[in-house]
Amino acid sequence: MSARDLHGPGAPWGGAEPGARSNSDFKVVGQPRPKVDGIAKATGAAVYTDDLTFPGMLHAKTLRSPHAHARIVRIDTSKARALKGVHAVLTGDSMPIKYGVIPWTPDENALAVDKVRFIGDPVAAVAAIDEDTANAALKLIEVEYELLHTYLDPFESLQRKEPQIHEDKKGGNISKSVQLEFGKVEEALAGAEVVVEDDYFFHGSTHAPIEPHCAVATYSADGVLTLWSATQITHYVHRALARVLELPAHRIRVIQPCLGGAFGGKSDPFSLEFCVSKLAMVTGRPVKMLWTREEVFYAHRGRHPMHLHYRSGVTKDGKLVGVDAKILIDGGSYSSFGLVTTYYSGQLLTGPYHFPTYRFDSTRVFTNKPPCGPKRGHGSVQPRFAFEVQLDQLAEKLALDPIEIRRRNFQGDFTRTVNGQRVTSNGFLQCLDEVESASRWKERRGKLGFGRGLGVAGSMYISGTNYPVYPNDMPQAGVQLKVDRSGLVTVFTGGNDIGQGSNSMCAYIVAEELGIPVERVRVVAADTDLCPVDLGAYSSRVTFMVGNATIDAARKLREKLVAAVAEKWECAPARVRLIEGLAIDLEDTARSMTSVEAFQLAETKFDTLGSTGSYNTPKLGGDYRGGTIGASPAYSFTAHVVDASVDVETGRITVHDVWVAHDCGRALNPMIVAGQMEGSAYMGLAEALFEEHDVNRFGLHRGPSLLDYRLPTSLDTPDFHARIVESIDPEGPYGAKEAGEGPLHPSLPALSNAVYDAVGIRLKHLPFTPAKVLAALREKRAAASVPQGVR
Amino acid sequence: MLRLPQFELVQPSTVAEAVRALAECPGALVVAGGTDLVPNLKHELFTPPRVVSLALLAELRGIRRENDGSLVIGAMTPLAEVAESELVRAQAPALAQACSLIAGPQLRSMGTLGGNVMLDTRCQWYNQTYFWRAALGFCMKKDGTECHVVKGGRTCVAAASNDSAPALMTLGASLEIATASGKRTLALDDFWVADGIYNKQVARDEIVTAIRVPATGAGHRGAYGKLRDRGSIDFPLLGVAVRLELDAQDTVAQADVVITALAAQPKRITKVAEALAGTKPGTAAFDAAVEAVGALAHKQCKPLPNIPGDADYRREMVPVYVRRTLQAAARREGPVHHV
Repeated sequence: MSARDLHGPGAPWGGAEPGARSNSDFKVVGQPRPKVDGIAKATGAAVYTDDLTFPGMLHAKTLRSPHAHARIVRIDTSKARALKGVHAVLTGDSMPIKYGVIPWTPDENALAVDKVRFIGDPVAAVAAIDEDTANAALKLIEVEYELLHTYLDPFESLQRKEPQIHEDKKGGNISKSVQLEFGKVEEALAGAEVVVEDDYFFHGSTHAPIEPHCAVATYSADGVLTLWSATQITHYVHRALARVLELPAHRIRVIQPCLGGAFGGKSDPFSLEFCVSKLAMVTGRPVKMLWTREEVFYAHRGRHPMHLHYRSGVTKDGKLVGVDAKILIDGGSYSSFGLVTTYYSGQLLTGPYHFPTYRFDSTRVFTNKPPCGPKRGHGSVQPRFAFEVQLDQLAEKLALDPIEIRRRNFQGDFTRTVNGQRVTSNGFLQCLDEVESASRWKERRGKLGFGRGLGVAGSMYISGTNYPVYPNDMPQAGVQLKVDRSGLVTVFTGGNDIGQGSNSMCAYIVAEELGIPVERVRVVAADTDLCPVDLGAYSSRVTFMVGNATIDAARKLREKLVAAVAEKWECAPARVRLIEGLAIDLEDTARSMTSVEAFQLAETKFDTLGSTGSYNTPKLGGDYRGGTIGASPAYSFTAHVVDASVDVETGRITVHDVWVAHDCGRALNPMIVAGQMEGSAYMGLAEALFEEHDVNRFGLHRGPSLLDYRLPTSLDTPDFHARIVESIDPEGPYGAKEAGEGPLHPSLPALSNAVYDAVGIRLKHLPFTPAKVLAALREKRAAASVPQGVR
Repeated sequence: MLRLPQFELVQPSTVAEAVRALAECPGALVVAGGTDLVPNLKHELFTPPRVVSLALLAELRGIRRENDGSLVIGAMTPLAEVAESELVRAQAPALAQACSLIAGPQLRSMGTLGGNVMLDTRCQWYNQTYFWRAALGFCMKKDGTECHVVKGGRTCVAAASNDSAPALMTLGASLEIATASGKRTLALDDFWVADGIYNKQVARDEIVTAIRVPATGAGHRGAYGKLRDRGSIDFPLLGVAVRLELDAQDTVAQADVVITALAAQPKRITKVAEALAGTKPGTAAFDAAVEAVGALAHKQCKPLPNIPGDADYRREMVPVYVRRTLQAAARREGPVHHV
């Protein structure tokens, strides 16, 4: 079943030596080229969920809670039902079964049952002949609420047990708590030369994809439910629909059309998917629901605010001896991925530096705010920020160069972390070298004059995890290939292309393996009727896992092609090479046939042509409860240097340049990899300087619009310099690892560290607003004016 | 997507017809470029039975120079055109600069100068969807009675947020207005009412047809400074328009500073001319006077937590932006903006 180690990192034909680092043997892989759907997206031809329309289609809208925490006493939908043009009204009792993306914590209802937990919680849904009628009907629904105490402060949720936000949860308002210790931290810190202990705060932010969530459902006369949805987890949505709607899964088909961005914000099953499905079943009509931008803010699942306390110690040489973390996580109103978030907040910090001892104590609590979830760099961006700033604080105490302290603590490749994670290829040192030389760090750091500075930070991230959200031993990724007599190869993959280019990646691999142009490969993805299961686009797993499954399938097909041609030519299969749309005889290169002829020969010999391939992770992770969460078959590594200046009169920070070096194993398409690196760094700096997702004193979102939620514009964006580092992982597809999330992490701490170099203030509380910068500068001036003796 | 409420759209081809279309339908509203009104309609801040579009009134577009040297800018002239106009840049630099910083490029192509002058006041408790405002329990500006900015406040303090207005005030500009009974003129200085619910002395059934900017001479200096979070799109967190009139010896004879995004109307800082008069840009005396004007402005301006952003920080930035904008004007530079 597991195909994980069947294929080395080399090219299909030239990779005699498994560790081959050269890209020269590849024809497709490693070349910069456009995405397979690039033209369709650029011209507007691509079909997104909201572009779908069906005869007789109804439009659905959601009634939401205006209260942050309340019990529903009564709902009267009779007036709404009576409105002309309204076809159906649903309330929570129509779908009482709870769900949640993590099977251990199902605490969401498609529509509120008994109580509401944040302003924006869905309460009822209406399907009508058009949007205006549906909106008018919403205003006719009467809901009587009994208000409950509202939790907006996670510290209060930690202390106060009543009322409970989730009444069936043990232990008050705690969502998840994890304490793990590896080695004896106290002992180690007691022997440290220098210990730094400090508090850090990471605020909330959201994904803000261009495309709002949208879903369309049809229910056929023979009882098949089809759902088109802007999701990044087709398979989990499929399972959740079966559970909540109490339909056998074989009567449900879930399709993800072209998607306009996700970043983790579409990796839960969402209310609208259940509502349109149920409404289609009830009315017998196709039903669409498109959320407004405001509703997308309420759906949220964005970055968890975290209060982080770190205590780290080093030897006099700057070697870490122990790290101790205590983290309070504000989860918002539902669990979502929270169980995983809580583990990730501790488990993913143990590289690229060697931690001899490590302890973390992370607690996620519920509050009456939009639910948090996984945003690009799920659970690990916050601790990484705190720790990388603390590392600079340690370096300062030892008068060590910040890059030097990171080099000294490098964990090495092919090693094991203190918490039992297996690390394979590790190009972190080269990442540091790249950003050091590109930024002219040695000549410039500390020498740019007051007001301008350089800062560095590093990070690591997973390429998928061996923890499938529901336990099973089936493959995590499956791929099926089908060959047409025209020479076209169709790839069927459950993988969700959310703009990261996974469909392109599949096409490149098949083209590479079969020696055909990329244009002769078409990809059908994320359709549960047509495609083998893939778990979805999250945890940066797709290139690694779907890529390996694609290689697996393509090599099985290639074997058949080669065998058929070899038989025809009466030569050894080793003499047959598939390249550039041809099969050629390596020892008699005048002898060749087109790949179309080769396909037809193989179909004649073997019957209808096709193949399947799969990937499953090896057994990974520490031997303790939770030890598999965050255990990845390969880790990516990143280093950033940020060049920033501070206007000390206005407190405004300007970022000039960011050098991003990222070890992605092998870059299957360097253009897409560089795009992911730049996009990640942009998103990180956006969080650091502009974006803030929070509620006001009433629990109302402070500004659920793209005017008030400040996404940086092109004018606010620095120049990014992507440096791809290729460590060539032994288990990745041709040696590839992830590139979509890792490169976000260092942006924020590197910026904080650059500001310290610029003006000598240590920014530990995000976001870095001008007001905070001015306050810190004032504090610094006040401290400096105190006479030495007094201090 | 948020839906527009239903209304009747009227597209008159003369100003007289437009005024009539307004007069015969109480509650009717004017739409110019729509960049302010359309989102406000979607938020159900207005539910007019009729919207009268000025889009077809070609006579309201364009910039011309009168014989007396004054500029007449048609109310429907796009903001981008005002910002780029050589005439405006030469004669009224503060206005050109202010217009260049309104919203973003796309919105400046649609948005008009008349529309910006007539911009609705803004507040974080008001510029929200109907659902959001209902969850809040509404506010006194629309559908409610309370003020969430000033506890127990009886007057709406939603902020004048039009960048063009303070610049026009420093320039002594006036509005030409078409009414049911004919025409009238209104100085920008007399335009305001200290009420955020509706802060203008222009009735809902009147139409601003043009903005008249008096002639300026060789000694005129002007600039605009804008504080906002991003380099584009955002409304001002603070807007500072300045005017300096230099005499033949290049010393300051007259000066004016008007600040917006504070409360319902822009604020003219008092004693500015006295502080700056007689000083010569580039000298220590001028710098000291500029510093003093900054301090005056800081004393006179108290931003409220009406629009998004930290009110204390906005106040702290008042003297900084006043100083920088005055210095920019003196050097014939500007606008003062962080990008």
